[in-house]
Amino acid sequence: MAGDRKKAKVKKRRWRRDDTELTLLALPTTIWYFLFSFLPMFGIIIAFKEFKINGGFLKSFFSSKWVGFNNFKFLFSSKDIWLIIRNTLGYNIVFIILGIVIPVAAAIAIGQIHSKRMAKVYQTAMFMPYFLSWVVVTALVWAFLSYDKGLLNNLLESMGYERQQWYMKKGMWPPFLVFMNLWKGVGYGMVVYLATITGIDKTYYEAAGIDGATIWQQIRYITLPLMKNVIIMMFIMKVGGIFYSDFGLFYQVPRDSNSLYNVVYTLDVYVYKQLRTSTTGMSAAAAFVQSVAGCITILTANAIVRKIDRESAMI
Amino acid sequence: MAAEIKNKKKNEPDGFDRFNRVSKTVNVILNFIFVLAALACVIPVLLVVAISFSAEESILEYGYHFIPKIPSLEGYVFLVSQGKMIVRALGVSLFVTIVGTALGVLLTTLMGYVLSRPDYKLNGFLTMVVFIPMVFNGGLVSTYFIVSQFLGLKDSMWALILPLSVSSFNVIVCRTFFKTTVPESLVESAKMDGASQLMIFGRIVLPISLPVLATIGLFLSFAYWNDWYQSMLYIDDSKLLSLQALLNQILTNIQMLVKNAATIGITAAEMLAKMPQESARMAIVVLIVLPIACAYPFFQKYFISGLTVGAVKG
Repeated sequence: MAGDRKKAKVKKRRWRRDDTELTLLALPTTIWYFLFSFLPMFGIIIAFKEFKINGGFLKSFFSSKWVGFNNFKFLFSSKDIWLIIRNTLGYNIVFIILGIVIPVAAAIAIGQIHSKRMAKVYQTAMFMPYFLSWVVVTALVWAFLSYDKGLLNNLLESMGYERQQWYMKKGMWPPFLVFMNLWKGVGYGMVVYLATITGIDKTYYEAAGIDGATIWQQIRYITLPLMKNVIIMMFIMKVGGIFYSDFGLFYQVPRDSNSLYNVVYTLDVYVYKQLRTSTTGMSAAAAFVQSVAGCITILTANAIVRKIDRESAMI
Repeated sequence: MAAEIKNKKKNEPDGFDRFNRVSKTVNVILNFIFVLAALACVIPVLLVVAISFSAEESILEYGYHFIPKIPSLEGYVFLVSQGKMIVRALGVSLFVTIVGTALGVLLTTLMGYVLSRPDYKLNGFLTMVVFIPMVFNGGLVSTYFIVSQFLGLKDSMWALILPLSVSSFNVIVCRTFFKTTVPESLVESAKMDGASQLMIFGRIVLPISLPVLATIGLFLSFAYWNDWYQSMLYIDDSKLLSLQALLNQILTNIQMLVKNAATIGITAAEMLAKMPQESARMAIVVLIVLPIACAYPFFQKYFISGLTVGAVKG
């Protein structure tokens, strides 16, 4: 981390009263981190056990027997897991690409609108879905897609078409989930990128304009290069989460429909469902794979960025 | 071009900016696209509001519509008649949001402040404590067992509060804020006057850091108000359901309302016949969304400042 020189200097001096006081101030939060973040990190080794609930956690932990990699063998011999990993990575790759391209384009475009007041109105409206929970979104989606009352089916019927069982139609769900992800996230992304754009010195654009640069050229040679760091930061963060998925989007919005499972199941949904059906071994193994793979991807993404451009790296 | 200048509106910029911008046609196209996008974001909420004000028979007859065929308040009347359940869920939601936000802001700012002290001896160690969870975590299964079994929080209100109270992202937002806006000389002079760090934090740093408190507070209160996942994991007792969790249960299982009514004394079959299921369900959605929709346009700027501080590494 930054400031190695500073650290060396700090090490030399003695412990002061100030340090005691600051340690006491940090103590509650440190305890929180220990209980809610670090204990689960060690708890991850239950993936190597045949974990059975037997009284309290510690008792069950010590009484469960070690099974080595058996849980993983079972996990990877089921063909489901490959489908689930494919879904998780597939959706995430699409989300990462569109989740950067569209908000960046939207932020640049909204900055071009002549009326600043209208731009603010659009931004406020588009930011709103970000504040709704997936449970609420599920209810909203249901109002459109429900078989007997949904708006979409009403519309189809009034135009003389058949009503459709939308919650059973596999084909429409991947594009629809991509749409819902964008619907909820574009406003947020736009706000982040817009903040960067408004931070750019106006005189750059004036100078370019006087030299005869078109708006398009100004975007290409001023705005985008100056947004590079933020875009890379967001990219690393998203790539680091490539093994994670938004549980609410994949579990709630399709209403856990059985006929959709091979297009909507992702690692998070799988781990949750396995945990609920109390096949702890499989879910612990899947969660382990998710944590370790996630950690490796985030460190790798960061290392690559560090090589290209030290300034943009997170760590 | 001349006509364009003559028609200039009051709120439009003068001078060079007027020429260095997209043409009128492009402006119209952009406006059109953004109107569509904005409507797409708002319309689903309006539809749900309309459904909540529809009479049950009109929904059964005609389905969902933007303009209620037979307007009615029966969904809301039903919620009020189910008083106990809704009030309790609202109470849980409010309690979790208020206590969680207060606790979370305290824990987050304390850590943020300590990490912002440049000559603190354990700075390196605590920075690692905050950074490691951003890269690695124990995953759902292990977290679930630790929280529910080891810490014994199953079916406890604290299971809804504690796991969400600290996030490393918020801690770093705080640290960056304190580092950049609290002058070092202020802390030093207070120290020379013999103030303890607790006093410096409580009496000097917090009062001049209201923007970051507002930002973190908003992040947290929205997270708590919108949370249903913790309830799904840790809460089986229907008395501890928050509004979100209640809606979640109703969406998955409409019998839930009937079951609840049965305990009050009316037979389930009778209830089911009378119950405005559709509008009542959407009325709960309105109950959840209303405070958010009213509050967020005013608090947007604190959100935005938080998001952008977080993007700057300290």
